[in-house]
Amino acid sequence: MAVAARKAKSVAPKSGTKASGSRSAVKIISNIPQLTRDEDMHAYKEMLLIRRFEEKSGQMYGMGLIGGFCHLYIGQEAVVVGMQMASKPGDQVITGYRDHGHMLACGMESRGVLAELTGRRGGYSRGKGGSMHMFSREKKFFGGHGIVGAQVSLGTGLGFANWYRNDPSVSLVYFGDGAANQGQVYESFNMAALWKLPVVYIIENNRYAMGTSVNRASAQTDFSRRGLSFNIPGEQVDGMDIRAVKAAGERAMEHARSGKGPYILEMQTYRYRGHSMSDPAKYRTKDEVQKMREEHDPIEQVRARLINQWKVAEDELKAIDAKARDVVNDAAEFATHDPEPDVAELYTDILL
Amino acid sequence: MPIDILMPALSPTMEQGKLAKWLKKVGDKIKPGDILAEIETDKATMEVEAVDEGVLASILIEGGTDNVAVNTRIAVIAGEGEDANAAAAPAAASAAAPVATAAPAAVAAPAIVTAPAAPPATANAYDASSEVPAGTEMVATTVREALRDAMAEEMRADGNVFVMGEEVAEYQGAYKVTQGLLQEFGPKRVVDTPITEHGFAGIAVGAAYEGLRPIVEFMTFNFAMQAIDHIINSAAKTLYMSGGQLGCPIVFRGPNGAAARVGAQHSHDYAAWYSNVPGLKVVMPFTAADAKGLLKSAIRDPNPVVFLENEILYGQSFPVPQMDNWLVPIGKARIHRPGKDVTLVSFGIGMTYCIKAAAELEKDGIDCEIIDLRTIRPMDIDTVVASVMKTGRCVAVEEGFPQSGVTAEIATRVMERAFDYLDAPVIRITGKDVPMPYAANLEKLALPNVGEVIAAVKAVTYR
Repeated sequence: MAVAARKAKSVAPKSGTKASGSRSAVKIISNIPQLTRDEDMHAYKEMLLIRRFEEKSGQMYGMGLIGGFCHLYIGQEAVVVGMQMASKPGDQVITGYRDHGHMLACGMESRGVLAELTGRRGGYSRGKGGSMHMFSREKKFFGGHGIVGAQVSLGTGLGFANWYRNDPSVSLVYFGDGAANQGQVYESFNMAALWKLPVVYIIENNRYAMGTSVNRASAQTDFSRRGLSFNIPGEQVDGMDIRAVKAAGERAMEHARSGKGPYILEMQTYRYRGHSMSDPAKYRTKDEVQKMREEHDPIEQVRARLINQWKVAEDELKAIDAKARDVVNDAAEFATHDPEPDVAELYTDILL
Repeated sequence: MPIDILMPALSPTMEQGKLAKWLKKVGDKIKPGDILAEIETDKATMEVEAVDEGVLASILIEGGTDNVAVNTRIAVIAGEGEDANAAAAPAAASAAAPVATAAPAAVAAPAIVTAPAAPPATANAYDASSEVPAGTEMVATTVREALRDAMAEEMRADGNVFVMGEEVAEYQGAYKVTQGLLQEFGPKRVVDTPITEHGFAGIAVGAAYEGLRPIVEFMTFNFAMQAIDHIINSAAKTLYMSGGQLGCPIVFRGPNGAAARVGAQHSHDYAAWYSNVPGLKVVMPFTAADAKGLLKSAIRDPNPVVFLENEILYGQSFPVPQMDNWLVPIGKARIHRPGKDVTLVSFGIGMTYCIKAAAELEKDGIDCEIIDLRTIRPMDIDTVVASVMKTGRCVAVEEGFPQSGVTAEIATRVMERAFDYLDAPVIRITGKDVPMPYAANLEKLALPNVGEVIAAVKAVTYR
């Protein structure tokens, strides 16, 4: 599982040792890109917020406060947080239906997202979209799409708009290993490469398209190669290691931003929870899930570095944990008591 | 404060389930993400994870218990530093149902229809004759040129407007509708795409989300079925799903319906399909003047507009007003020919049957009023109803299929709004309920014809 970034050559390993400035410094033997203390701290806070938010969502779904479909991002947090750390203001984000983590990582408020999950008027779509359909023009988050693969063409269109306007922004298009088999993905790859559109395709390979494992659905399971016939460069990334995600994201975005066209990142990741809330989980063993959680958890990896490498005190981490929980509890309180949309909302927002 | 663990629902429809087993025991330390218990229904097994930190103070429902109602308290967690024993004690027996009370009181949905509405005393007809100021010079123009002029004018006025589609640029348009645009606006604004309708429709919708104003040309709307997911799911619904945040200013245009002997896969009329979708506007002009004025309005419209053209009409000439800013409002019908005996309603190429029939019927002393809907959605039913109130009779004509067709909609709305004014049932003249045949004689039979319209008018006027 743990596949280090392939193109390590362009990564400048930053020394974590005290030998800075000395030419006789100990040679770095690891080619795993490093984060600074501040970056690790930021990553920890961001990922933890998503984890706590999703746990709360799961709980509220269980209480009947959230209806319909609810797809949790637990386990995959390092992907979107690492990519956002590599992105620049103005870069667009678009994804499918497993979108809560992306919205939080884009800076959207927990209250607004959770109130949308509960279908209340304070939700980002005023209660009319639900878990899969939220947007924020201000935060450059373009949804939130329920048709598997649709976001790939739409996100390519966001890149088209950047190209049309000579805007240096990059469109970050997220989709899963399941969506990667949709035809429109390759139609989009073709046009993005043909017109050299600034798009980074992030394939979140969490190994299962609903209940179908990658091996049962894909003739080519190395998703980084899916753009090969369009000459789109791609790499496989350990999507559980935020350091690898961020470094790969920087390479990909630099490529796209410099006018060289699209880039593919296959993020090898894992979702701990079912496809949606009512998932019998018969397609994988509990041991498999448990092993991923214990050995590759993206948040635990950062936590271990904060303690061991950066010597952050337990109390400080506890305070961060408490803060994340406070934010989520406040959002839950809001999302539970915020009124449902006014009935007049039934007939608004159909046409401008 | 002690934290209650409630029996979770696996789906919104689940009411009870089996608490299969506990994976933690009383006294165990709990942290977020820990699996506490397993729940089973006939469909699935689910793990109950802890969201909070603390100590499992008590288990209220033992493992192996069947038929545990959703939201029953099944355990209590004592928070950090709390006395686990004390936490276990209070109100342990009451099965809390905190959810229902938390939601605001249900408000009755607005009544949509109570009883058959009494026929309104009046309906306001739209007067399209005021669209062209008196004294305006009229120039004979083909529909093809009118459409091209509309695009060129709007592209000159707004740098965000661009055209994309197959063969729109270097080839000058498969039907030459985009002739000259590449030369004037260059390849960035007149974009030749690969043959990839699903993909380029999605790209155009994404560009519209970002504020560009794409005109997507489909070589024919038959091919737009590859792209219909983006037209409906991505373009039409997003404004609503985003609570009004994200509009989609886009025009999907191209020839629609039967041409001449191109077979079943190239002859489908999609007016009724798109007309079914809230969030779309659907336009289907007949004359060159309407084609130009409506296309300009469509390009300026902040909503997704499906603009249905017709290959046979492309080469036909009509007088077009020479005006700097010739706009026709979307959603307004035009009385093509005033009359008093019967109302003929149609749109697009269906108008040709009505016009020829009316000329024939005039010889028999039947004075037809012809209404060109121009826009299918939103439909200007007021103009139709006002006419029917005057004539008492209605024949609706389209080339599309009969079932759930646009004329079926017209007939229903006339029945709802003007039932008491009708002196005869509304008659629909439509394409036949068959895939379009290739053979010349069969194709002719499959389409409406003037004779059918004449017969229908004679039937509703009892002649």
